[in-house]
Amino acid sequence: MSENVVPFDLLPPTERAYFDRWGDGLVVVLPSHPPGPGGWGRDGPPHGGAWIHVGEDGKARAFTGKVEVGQGTRTALSLLVAEELRLPLSSVELTMGDTDVCPWDMGTFGSRSMPDAGEHLRLTGAAARGFLLEIAATKLEIAPKDLECSDGQVWAKGMKGSRSVAYAELVHGLRRVETVPPSAQPTPPSAWTRAGHPTSNLGGREVVTGTRQYTSDLHPPGLMHGNVLFPPSKGAKLRVVDLSGAQAMPGVVTVHEGDLVAVAAPDLASARAALKAIRAEWEPALPLSEKDVVEYLRQHPAEGEDFWDVIHHAVGDVDAALRAAPVSLHETYTTAYIAHVPMETHAVLAAWEGERLTLWMGSQTPFRAREAVSDALDLPPASVRIVVPPTGSGFGGKHAADLGVVAARLAKAAGHPVRITYTREEEFAQGYFRPLAVIDVRSGAADDGTLEAWEFHVLNAGSAAARTPYRVTNQKIDSQPADSPLSQGSYRALAATANNFARESHLDELATRVGVDPVEYRLRHLADDRLAAVLRAVAERAGWVARPRPVAPGGRPGRGRGIAVGLEKGGRVATFAEVEVHEDRRLEVARIVTGFECGAIVHPTNLRSQVEGGTIMALGGALFEAIHFENGRVLNPRLSEYRVPRFRDVPPIEVLLLDRRDLPSQGGGEAPLLAVAPAIANAIYDATGRRLRSLPLVPDGLVP
Amino acid sequence: MVPSEPLPPPRLVPKLRVNGVDHPIRLDRDRSLLYVLREELGLTGTKYGCGEGECGACKVLLDGVAVRSCKTPVGETVGRSITTIEGLADGQALHPVQQAFVEEGAFQCGYCTPGMILAAVSLLNQNPRPSEDEVRAALDGNLCRCGGYLRILEAVQRASRRSSRSGEGGT
Repeated sequence: MSENVVPFDLLPPTERAYFDRWGDGLVVVLPSHPPGPGGWGRDGPPHGGAWIHVGEDGKARAFTGKVEVGQGTRTALSLLVAEELRLPLSSVELTMGDTDVCPWDMGTFGSRSMPDAGEHLRLTGAAARGFLLEIAATKLEIAPKDLECSDGQVWAKGMKGSRSVAYAELVHGLRRVETVPPSAQPTPPSAWTRAGHPTSNLGGREVVTGTRQYTSDLHPPGLMHGNVLFPPSKGAKLRVVDLSGAQAMPGVVTVHEGDLVAVAAPDLASARAALKAIRAEWEPALPLSEKDVVEYLRQHPAEGEDFWDVIHHAVGDVDAALRAAPVSLHETYTTAYIAHVPMETHAVLAAWEGERLTLWMGSQTPFRAREAVSDALDLPPASVRIVVPPTGSGFGGKHAADLGVVAARLAKAAGHPVRITYTREEEFAQGYFRPLAVIDVRSGAADDGTLEAWEFHVLNAGSAAARTPYRVTNQKIDSQPADSPLSQGSYRALAATANNFARESHLDELATRVGVDPVEYRLRHLADDRLAAVLRAVAERAGWVARPRPVAPGGRPGRGRGIAVGLEKGGRVATFAEVEVHEDRRLEVARIVTGFECGAIVHPTNLRSQVEGGTIMALGGALFEAIHFENGRVLNPRLSEYRVPRFRDVPPIEVLLLDRRDLPSQGGGEAPLLAVAPAIANAIYDATGRRLRSLPLVPDGLVP
Repeated sequence: MVPSEPLPPPRLVPKLRVNGVDHPIRLDRDRSLLYVLREELGLTGTKYGCGEGECGACKVLLDGVAVRSCKTPVGETVGRSITTIEGLADGQALHPVQQAFVEEGAFQCGYCTPGMILAAVSLLNQNPRPSEDEVRAALDGNLCRCGGYLRILEAVQRASRRSSRSGEGGT
């Protein structure tokens, strides 16, 4: 690619080189709205657009700034394009997250791929269909209303087989660029014939034959391998460094700029050896350890930023209501720092062509990465291209761009492409974690159980799902970020998991106190009918029998059941868990039922995998995952020391998907995690009378 | 990918037999099989996941049995038959386990899939009709962070049923 390429999103829609790249055809654009100079929120939230090229080969090439990191959106979004254009899935090619040709997008997080990119591709596809009908109308001399699209052709209605013209022919010699008109009408989910039906994820053959190329597999000619010298603990400052040992090794290139020290070598083993040959002395910064962290966080509130927004929400008079309530509870719930542990560690490949840089990286935020990298290297944004190859999962852990900056510097110094792939230990120690959260809850109820007061104080979890889905007249909800001793950041359903654990555990405690069955107690207070419907469906599937207090007469000793709900990112979830606490106190999760509703289901096969997978991922955080640290240093940065769910940990899981074709499609990647931990905590209480208020619940597998 | 036949007498150049092809290799460094496969032979279908034998992403077949290539010194594999994920299909025809993974949708990000498939093939080589518990036990050393375990379980059982059916039909 030549040096004077200008990324599409930095050019007006009509000035982009669509036809030079993909041949003649029809292009339909839904413009994106990046944040203005005043930052996010100035002109409403920024959103990515979409565009589609219908070419002379009859294919639809669609483009979105969202990325696929294993969550299955490539197939789901392609289905929506296929649906709108009445094409087989094999005639749709979706390009995701390539900053040279894709519409600007803020990033793939917050379960926004379906509601944002999905909706935008539907609109753009519907508009493209409209233009094809219009072109066909002229060609066939039939009014557009008497035409319809099907199988890549436009047909005269009711005369199928007689008069038709293929898209390929309609766009032949055309170089037309249109904008999505306000009148564009996507196909309602009730009429879907491709979307909403079981489909295999794309690319299966490449996956099972080992030919899919992840970033860590890319090996261009002349490739050198990079390694970074990392501080032994967070915030440690480099005092002295001696690079002579590394520099004496053949073929080794070193970079030393401020605190950044990195090496590159022609092969991986030499790069490791060069890193080992560096002599460095560090000044440790943070003598903080795990046992002191809760107190530390309480004493170190921080400013809100980005998604760490501060919430202060108050209705009624909570203090008065708490004083007046005949039943009141005050408890604290905590969650540990946990790691994302993507199967593919962070990897980035940097290659320069003159003054233009291309980075292949498994980034969840390619456009923000472009900005960060161009800022750090003092380059115009147009001189940086980010490409997102297939990525071995992210879970919110692949937002940072700093490794791209290092790879770029090494590649510049070496005059060769450079790839950096984290070791597993680096992945643990250099990433950021799901925050350690401290949540204080005070509640008050009337004698009949009616919730009268609800005070929910969130420290360092984030604000998602801090608000309650239950009706309560007097409520006070605060969310306060804190100055974390370890790096923390985005994580699949991060805040919502913590907040939901606290709320759903606490609600169960309250239900027990007032002697009301936990399902009934929730249904009495739930303000959201959709969530109530999911809860009812799960209770029914689980065979839930109402009883006011735990340990039913005749119940099996050591066996318990629990239920919890969650509402977040437009998704509604309820999880039922059945546990057995054995004589030796060993906890066994015997059965899980998870019900999920996220509007109209686009890709049911994949949604089931997301719900199952999310449930299993949540089991790890609920039961045993925790990062241990001392003096700012992670103590368990290995898979032999940090346990994630394995086959042996997976109970039978029943998934109920409630398809609401009358409602817009929402994301399904995060909300399914929300209710797992509280459902299990509630089940443990039911089995043993022990209330566990800290995640992980049973780090050593035993109920205390 | 396929080197020309080496000229020196075979005994002087250790050869690694991978997917039916002999590759001359150096034994001058203490390298793992994973390192040689990925970095020297370019067989990147075998994945690095942890380097300590905990995740199974690096599994390959050694004489038909799954081993963790990150913990296997390459010297121990000379003279034996190695199958990586690239060598499992018979030309265009997928191995029954590969086919079952595609049909069952038993992958999400796909990164653990090669190791998972080879662990399953190894199991079915030794035990063509494993129980669910046997599948779970055999694959317990393979991590899938996307949480695809139940789909994977279904896929292995599907492959097992198919193999034994075709076995019965064939005799």
